[in-house]
Amino acid sequence: MRERGDEWTALMRSAILGDSAAYHRLLKAVTPVLRAAAQRGLARAGQPVDQSEDIVQEVLLAVHLKRHTWDANAPFAPWLFAIARNKLIDWLRRRGRRVFVNIDDFADSLPGDPAPEIPAASEVAVQLQSLPARQREVLQSIAVDSSSIKETAAKFAMSEGAVRVALHRGLASLTTKLRDA
Amino acid sequence: METDQLIRTLAADSSRPARPVSLVLALALLAAMPVSLAMLFAGLGVRPDVMRAMHNPFFDLKFAVTLALAISAVGVALHLSRPEASLRGWAWLLLIPAGLLVGGITSEMMLPQNLPMMTRLIGSNSRVCLTAVPLMSMPLLAAALIGLRHGAPTRPAVSGAIAGLLSAGLAATLYASHCTDDSPLFVATWYTIATALVAAIGAAIGARVLRF
Repeated sequence: MRERGDEWTALMRSAILGDSAAYHRLLKAVTPVLRAAAQRGLARAGQPVDQSEDIVQEVLLAVHLKRHTWDANAPFAPWLFAIARNKLIDWLRRRGRRVFVNIDDFADSLPGDPAPEIPAASEVAVQLQSLPARQREVLQSIAVDSSSIKETAAKFAMSEGAVRVALHRGLASLTTKLRDA
Repeated sequence: METDQLIRTLAADSSRPARPVSLVLALALLAAMPVSLAMLFAGLGVRPDVMRAMHNPFFDLKFAVTLALAISAVGVALHLSRPEASLRGWAWLLLIPAGLLVGGITSEMMLPQNLPMMTRLIGSNSRVCLTAVPLMSMPLLAAALIGLRHGAPTRPAVSGAIAGLLSAGLAATLYASHCTDDSPLFVATWYTIATALVAAIGAAIGARVLRF
């Protein structure tokens, strides 16, 4: 458990310095743990666990947009789980549920192997439709069509810089829309 | 969108991490300060005997108390802008201004005074204090909330209240230069009420705008 936390911290340090491969590995590594925790939290709140993927995606977006609040000298896992707990509570509250989130759901000592089945998420896809056209097109191109920034720039006759800006703004407004949905 | 697709997209967003919350908070407060200063000069002005007043330790103590409040609130607010942070181990910082006030009241009690205690406590500016401090706080409170929005506070109402303390501390520092009531009893009463009001406003707004 300790080792896993150290590995995450090391990956996040590289990610902050601009290593996007390390960042990708880190997000891939934390996702099953976040999913298992979200499912436990939902089950405890008497909610259907198949909603967990929406929460996982909101957590990942928050991690991305708030990563400047992580102190690179501190371990990564407590920061991650604090965001995950916050997003779960927020999600339950938005649905008017009384919130009882057990801190242990996000404790460091989570079992490593969660249920293999990955339920579908829907909220990001729904909110994506309400984004300005340019942001939506760029996000869809990169997320759904797996195009690179370069290919996306060519496709829409934009500069790569403009694609990057649209991508970042799109992710930020997606997060706002999910929060206020 | 599948989670794998989202992850790929996040990794593709190679924009640099945003600026630190401390920097954004500092810039926002710097931008708001002239507005509050303008309110002070336009509405109240500095007391005419300010040069002489500076030799009175109780006049100076007002600034020590209000600045201590502002500075400790900045520290707590920045700490709470990290999601894993809690008030534990930090809340005592907010006791520093209270401790200074208690020290001031005690010293005043031990010195001979011309005016009775209640007269010093009630003073002659209480209504101005209760109006001016909250009003001059508002631009600073807006700035503090903008700065903290940049962070990831998991208890938005608490962070909003701390933003209120911060802005009231700065506004009271400005107001102290106008006010002719220097008794720590006056400060402990009216400045505290004004500060509590701003903290309550901050908590109410913070609960809405500081969610991330």
